[in-house]
Amino acid sequence: MQSVTLGWMDYSIMLIYVGAVLGIGQALRKYMKSSSDFFLSGRSIPAWVTGLAFISANLGALELVGMAASGAKYGMMTCHFYWIGAILAMTFLSVFMMPFYYGSKARSVPEYLNMRFDGRVRCLNSITFAVMTVFASGISMNALAKLLQSLLGWDYHLSLWICSGVVLLYVLKGGLTSAIYTEVLQFFMIVLGFSPVVYLGLKEVGGWSVLKEKLAGVATNPASIGVGDKAFQPDAWTGAWSPMIQGASANPMGVDLFAMVFGLGFVLAFGYWCTNFLVVQRAMAAKDMSAARRTPLIGAIPKMLIPALVILPGMIAAGLAFSNKDNKDGYRLPPKVIAESAYVNVVAAVKHVAATGVTGETAVQQIAKAAGLKMMSGKVDEIIKASPSLSDAEIKARVQNAVAENDYDGVILSLIKRYCPTGLLGLALTALLASFMSGMAGNVTAFNTIWTYDLYQAYLAKGKTDAHYMWMGRVATVAGILISIGCAYFAAMYNNAMDVIQLVFGFVNAPLFATFLLGMFWKRITATGAFWGLLLGTTTSAIFHALTLAIGNAPGVKGGYLGVVQSFPSEMAQNFWLASFAFLTCLVLTTVLSLATKQNKTDAELTGLVYSLTPRIPQADEAWYMRPGVQALALLGVCLVLNIIFW
Amino acid sequence: MNLDICWPIGIMFSLVGAMLALFGFVTKASEEMYKRSLDININLWWGLVLLVFGGLMLLSAYMNAQKEKSK
Repeated sequence: MQSVTLGWMDYSIMLIYVGAVLGIGQALRKYMKSSSDFFLSGRSIPAWVTGLAFISANLGALELVGMAASGAKYGMMTCHFYWIGAILAMTFLSVFMMPFYYGSKARSVPEYLNMRFDGRVRCLNSITFAVMTVFASGISMNALAKLLQSLLGWDYHLSLWICSGVVLLYVLKGGLTSAIYTEVLQFFMIVLGFSPVVYLGLKEVGGWSVLKEKLAGVATNPASIGVGDKAFQPDAWTGAWSPMIQGASANPMGVDLFAMVFGLGFVLAFGYWCTNFLVVQRAMAAKDMSAARRTPLIGAIPKMLIPALVILPGMIAAGLAFSNKDNKDGYRLPPKVIAESAYVNVVAAVKHVAATGVTGETAVQQIAKAAGLKMMSGKVDEIIKASPSLSDAEIKARVQNAVAENDYDGVILSLIKRYCPTGLLGLALTALLASFMSGMAGNVTAFNTIWTYDLYQAYLAKGKTDAHYMWMGRVATVAGILISIGCAYFAAMYNNAMDVIQLVFGFVNAPLFATFLLGMFWKRITATGAFWGLLLGTTTSAIFHALTLAIGNAPGVKGGYLGVVQSFPSEMAQNFWLASFAFLTCLVLTTVLSLATKQNKTDAELTGLVYSLTPRIPQADEAWYMRPGVQALALLGVCLVLNIIFW
Repeated sequence: MNLDICWPIGIMFSLVGAMLALFGFVTKASEEMYKRSLDININLWWGLVLLVFGGLMLLSAYMNAQKEKSK
């Protein structure tokens, strides 16, 4: 990736942002009087703030980068990660689940599990969650430091430690409130930092209808911009549903309707939005029950529209690359970077080929082999012809430009670089930086709460003073950040580390929603049933993964290492099916085991924790249009309309 | 009552917006610089947008504080 130079104006904007988050931490310091202030924001935050933080905690930088990448690679279908994959789950959380989370006065998701079931389930959930959050934040920090290194030439270690240091400072001072406030700030940064880029991109392409035409060209000839060899129907990049209905082979994502709707829309989305403490914690910090229930609903409004900021840029990039496909110097999707160590061989290969007079495919293949990446024949031919008069550095640059494989994760940055003059560049990069830092802050605040309440207080040091637990929370914050930094270095060392970790997340997340669904809505479910159901559900997903493989992948980290029983058209389809399978296993096992064991809790103990034993919340004092159920229905209606418009 | 979040958001965006707009105004002659933003002086215009947004946030923070006081 070519680096960009920042002007003093860009640095000033970054510094103002850092000043603002540190200032927020400083200003909140005096409100941190008890552990409840530190871990739960004293349950005092208005709904619009927790609502924006609710989606912002999930809108990490990896998401920004990844969604633009998918937008270029798969087009409109990526929107399902927002529409099917979030809105329904968020309304469900608001209407059905929030009353139990907030009403039970549980301070965390594992604590609710302890009240509903027993210590075993809590322990299993809190340990897996704690490990997952620090790893997630480590992975994201590694990505940030690498990005700053390649884009701005900043030192990897220095940017890692400085960004972590800033996060540490403001979380230590303001606790969860700091994290939530900076998440809201980050939300506005992303919206206001990315909108001009999207606007300029759309303007250059020629508007939405022209973009649709270009993407139809991409769909019928994906090879022209290197996004695949297989041609699709013209609407494959611009339809959210029509390419999917025709089956997995008719869309670039390789996902069928069932895997998408049940696997992503039901299992994974509900598992994430309804049970992941990172997001649920934001709603728990709301000032009252009504605000807590409205948190996911308020978050759902921007969530529906965010695809325009994060997925559309990827589609614009694909469209733009298609219009410039015959223009040598026009925009192209960013190519994969040739490793620094391979360059010597590449330059030598070019010279060798030119000297020996080898031409055509053989020559291209020799150079591609030296680079370790696929090459574009036309451009390589030109380089070979011109090579006698080129310096090594020029050969290097031109070979890099001839790489045929795309680096999709670089798409969003390539657009920022293309359209932002110094000044606006600072704003857009600060938005990216902000999302990395607030992502870390979110993970760390979830980690310190789980550690302090669900592990330290529950098992290691019962009955200490509140001040002691607050002290522990601060220690856990420092420790959480240090472990995250360790994980970042770990992820930097082993490329596969990231794949393995994300895999494990999948195993843990997939069955969890079955436990919650049964536990919250059926009083017969017992602790033993829940514990073993969850554990075996997780094991099942690991076994499922070991026995299946996506077409094109080699057995190993990507699955299939115990033999391939079933293969899927794409990795995404494999994930969605895995989630569906693990969910159903957990559902069946938990039910069977619960019916076989005796209920250890009385009905009185379960009041407020299970739907059928909990009195309905009186709604008389609210106008009808303020009721969560009514608002949820309205949101679903809007979401439906969006789906129809972009059918 | 905790810190009203509208204050930090308002202050930050007003400041950034004012700087960006001023910067855009000063550099408006530089055609070379704004070629990449399709010949639009995006710094000036977007700076003004940020300034308005920041101003609205500050206004709402001020009104919240007044309401709080009169309680």
